[in-house]
Amino acid sequence: MIYLKLIWSYLKIGLFGFGGGYAMLALIENEIVGSGWITEKMFTDIVAISQMTPGPIGINSATYIGYVAPQQASPMFASPLWGILGSIICTIAVVLPSALLVFYTSHLIRRHKDSVVVKGIFMGLRPVVVGLIASAALLLMNSSNFGTDTRDVLWSIALCVASFCVVQFTKIHPIAVIVGAGICGYFIF
Amino acid sequence: MAETSPNKRGLLLQLFATFFKIGAFTFGGGWAMISIMERELVDKRGWLAREDFLDLLAVAQSLPGILAVNISVAVGDSLRGRRGCLCAALGTILPSFIMILAIAIFLTPDLINNNPVLSAVFKGIRPAVVALIIAPVLSSAKAAKLNWKTALIPIVVALLIWSKLPVVSNPILWIVLGGLGGYLVLRQSIKNQNKQA
Repeated sequence: MIYLKLIWSYLKIGLFGFGGGYAMLALIENEIVGSGWITEKMFTDIVAISQMTPGPIGINSATYIGYVAPQQASPMFASPLWGILGSIICTIAVVLPSALLVFYTSHLIRRHKDSVVVKGIFMGLRPVVVGLIASAALLLMNSSNFGTDTRDVLWSIALCVASFCVVQFTKIHPIAVIVGAGICGYFIF
Repeated sequence: MAETSPNKRGLLLQLFATFFKIGAFTFGGGWAMISIMERELVDKRGWLAREDFLDLLAVAQSLPGILAVNISVAVGDSLRGRRGCLCAALGTILPSFIMILAIAIFLTPDLINNNPVLSAVFKGIRPAVVALIIAPVLSSAKAAKLNWKTALIPIVVALLIWSKLPVVSNPILWIVLGGLGGYLVLRQSIKNQNKQA
């Protein structure tokens, strides 16, 4: 049953999502994209939409995937009501584990924040988080995002490199970069 | 019960409204939200002392999940207990939920693929999204203060997740191993220090 699978996946994403939204993308990709309801292309589009709308990527992607996944999984769930149910379920599932942890363990953590256990765990997680974000980027560098014929691939690489330079070396806002790339896409493709 | 006095109910509503506003107007995820929350909660409303806010932030950061939701639960709890949590968390979540739901209903994957204009626009956007994810790889690597030895960890982790091989490509495995490994390494290094002393 698609809804149970979504709940299970998003509970895991919420429980192991250390290191912020970009690191969470690696988890979402691993849990959701391989499953056949969400294609690589759709996943990238969801990330783009999340970037352009306010709010955390974690919530935005849970809401969007929760809406789309049931419809893609079976024509039985084609009605928008099934989609809305899915987005409510996924959003609650991604938030619940950490909300409960904050509520029940915050006193414990405040008392032990300088302990060897807490400090050690974070020391070990830091390099792993770098790897998670890098894997999300690697996983998205594929033919569904960069195209298949030579012209598309070359233009896509050029757009990727140009966007990277703008984000890295100027103070232009990422949303402006996405809009700019979209306008370029309209004229190129 | 004291909880139902109009004054306190007013604060719950204000909590919800404040977090709703922050959720609705902050682009750029967790960290962008934190500075706005600090200004709103500490400077403007005076609900929390700055040290208390930073304490709650430390807790929110050390737990998994979405940072903005974690901090709103922590702030809501410290101001108004369980109900405060619920109001603050709902306030943070609802704006993005409503907005994304509206987008999902109208901007369906079929529409993106079949409309020639949208399809071209998204073809341009997708490589840019990849670039937007490469940038934080570099900044987080810098923040993690990697040296030539510890730099191997993210490289191996990224390549194995990318490989899509069974078991080793699961990010959860690496998160658990990373936390466990960090604890063991730190404990050992403290033991060694004590021996030398």
